[in-house]
Amino acid sequence: MRFNYLTSISVAALLAAGAAQAEPLKVGVLATLEGTYTVLGEDGVRGLKTALAEWKDTAGGREIELVIGSTDASPDSAVRAARKLVEQDGVEIVIGPLSGSEGIAIRDYSKTQPGVTFLNGISGAQETTYVTPSDNFFRFNTDGAQWSTGLGDYVFNEKGYETVATVGEDYSFIYTQVFGFALEYCAAGGEITERFWVPLGTKDFGSIIAALPDDVDAIYLGLGGGDAVNFLNQYQQAGGEANLIGGSIMVDGTVLSSKGSAKDALIGVPSSGPQADTWDDEKWQTYVKSYQDTFPPDQRFPSPSLLATGYYNATTAAMSCLEQVEGDLSDGQAAFRSCLTDLTLEAPNGTIKLDQNRQAIGSNFVTEVVELDDGTLANKLVKKVDDVNQTLGIEPEKFASIGLPSRDVPVCKKSY
Amino acid sequence: MRQFVDRHPIWSIVLFVVAAILLWMIFAVWPDWLKDLIGRKKVFLNALFNGITLGGLYFLVASGFTLIFGLMRNVNLAHGSLYLLGGYIGFMTAEITGFWLLAFPVAFIVVGALGVLLQIFVFRRMEGQDLRQTLVTIGISIVMADLMLWAWGGDFYNITPPDWLSGPMSTFFVTSVKRSGELVYLKYPFVRIVIFAASIVVGVGMWLLLNRTRIGMLIRAGVDDRDMLSATGARIQLVFVAVFAFGAGLAGVAGVVGGTFQSVAPGEDVRFLLASLVVVIVGGMGSISGAAIGALLIGLAEQFGSVYFPTYAVVLTFLIMVVVLAFRPQGLMGRS
Repeated sequence: MRFNYLTSISVAALLAAGAAQAEPLKVGVLATLEGTYTVLGEDGVRGLKTALAEWKDTAGGREIELVIGSTDASPDSAVRAARKLVEQDGVEIVIGPLSGSEGIAIRDYSKTQPGVTFLNGISGAQETTYVTPSDNFFRFNTDGAQWSTGLGDYVFNEKGYETVATVGEDYSFIYTQVFGFALEYCAAGGEITERFWVPLGTKDFGSIIAALPDDVDAIYLGLGGGDAVNFLNQYQQAGGEANLIGGSIMVDGTVLSSKGSAKDALIGVPSSGPQADTWDDEKWQTYVKSYQDTFPPDQRFPSPSLLATGYYNATTAAMSCLEQVEGDLSDGQAAFRSCLTDLTLEAPNGTIKLDQNRQAIGSNFVTEVVELDDGTLANKLVKKVDDVNQTLGIEPEKFASIGLPSRDVPVCKKSY
Repeated sequence: MRQFVDRHPIWSIVLFVVAAILLWMIFAVWPDWLKDLIGRKKVFLNALFNGITLGGLYFLVASGFTLIFGLMRNVNLAHGSLYLLGGYIGFMTAEITGFWLLAFPVAFIVVGALGVLLQIFVFRRMEGQDLRQTLVTIGISIVMADLMLWAWGGDFYNITPPDWLSGPMSTFFVTSVKRSGELVYLKYPFVRIVIFAASIVVGVGMWLLLNRTRIGMLIRAGVDDRDMLSATGARIQLVFVAVFAFGAGLAGVAGVVGGTFQSVAPGEDVRFLLASLVVVIVGGMGSISGAAIGALLIGLAEQFGSVYFPTYAVVLTFLIMVVVLAFRPQGLMGRS
């Protein structure tokens, strides 16, 4: 009898404790921690951890338990990692992936897992949210074409580059970047003479550098990670002197912080993307400080790359909505999702809202690479464009008639 | 040479014609129809030279791999990790001392020493057990990749060559003629020429070592019949250690070379392991001259592929491998 009494009290105590401390929430992370984009993935995870540190790892009374899945920028590696996170580890929210074609694959996978909410990390292919969007896939970052906003106009009118050749990695994200650049640049009156596409992970650019035309005003580079560093290194060795224009991840912190002198070829190069490192906005500076405080100097970049910012924003969005629904993910996460859909995220890189496809509408920045006093390279703000939507301000029907980004879409012409 | 001509008269003529056409394409000023057909001569020449220099780098990695295999029948799948480690060590040496040239001996010695440890503590214990060796080396490569990621992070390291090596140099190859009649000469990165020259020196040195010295004689005898060699009283274990150290050291040196004209980063280990596997499969396992031919073929295929049919460039190297395996499974220079 006495024994029974003790047991009931213990059970009651346990139940009470359980009610006060809801069980931890498993969140899966997809990031490229292998291959060409390793550094990019690492900084993405740093961005995510910065956001978690700000929230002290809890939202809506639930502690966050991270499960990290490593990918290598290929769609199948992303799906494999996502399946492991969802089907084996049982995560309820997935944050990621990082790379363009991974995003498209994860969008398709998310349709088979309606019980899980996916928040895109920073992948930027247009198709991911533009074609057959998935109900449980949210993207709080603008896409590659939106990241090109302002650049075409700037290089044509301010820099005076009238003809351009492009070099890019042969996959969806760079197609999207060149798509955005070409639309604006050609509308301004510029001409794209040639487009070179190289496989992702190309290490020896010797022959491609030789094949670049020498009668153009500038060369647009849509490369990232190790490919970008290798290109710049070999470009310097070949004595290349053309004007360069950078794609968003070509002049990102990941390349600007690489070891060696290859990156010096980028000083003065104009580019555009979802952030400008030296922006003096208060919210941006607070975020940079928070990133710097979360990690010791030798384990991070001087300031967060756009990949860190993407993961930071996705995580912040997830955390604020978890807080709002008090950690309640019942009923197929309905409350959580409707919170995400209506969220206006006051992000460090400008205000972000979602459109009907759950795709971000946000600010874009035209930048130029400068050398700071301490010898590091950074992107200096040239111009900020607000409220850039996925159709780049073009009417939806007209935008659809241009076609989806690919090797030779869009055709370079003044108007559509 | 003469024997070959006597035995294969038709093949000799074909080879002679191909060589003549190639020489003409390299030295002549291209007529307009050829330019319309395959583009500018500058692009062609660059692809050719880049293919040869890239082949030089592949040769450096693959020759160590094939030497170790030839003597010990040991497929060292951690060879790519040795390459990567050499690259990191080369970067540190060049960065700390400021001497680029010093990076080569340091990388050679450090990675070579690691090779000695691997041979003594790992491979000697599982001699002749192919499957076990293969699995163990895969394990070692994974552990090493993670250790290096821990030590150096995922950043891209790029070894800066000294000033006298950087930038392009003019060569005597004419690429085109300006309207004024002035000749335009090909400019080519100096560092790549030096790297290619160095790999030729290494190749010739290895050939001399193998064919003209006592140690080389021991190694060749060991390749042919290991048991008989040890029965004659040669200290075969010592030869094994030396060869393993030399092969590993070469991979280390190749890492410095690769870090100079490409970059060092996680993932390069797998890339170069795959490249050396393809090279030795095409060239023939265990044959140094096979490694040279295989490396040249793969390097050229990658570079010509990247400019003339970029979409399929990735497949091209494997296509070569498939063709070789189909018609000459022992490799171009391999013994069946």
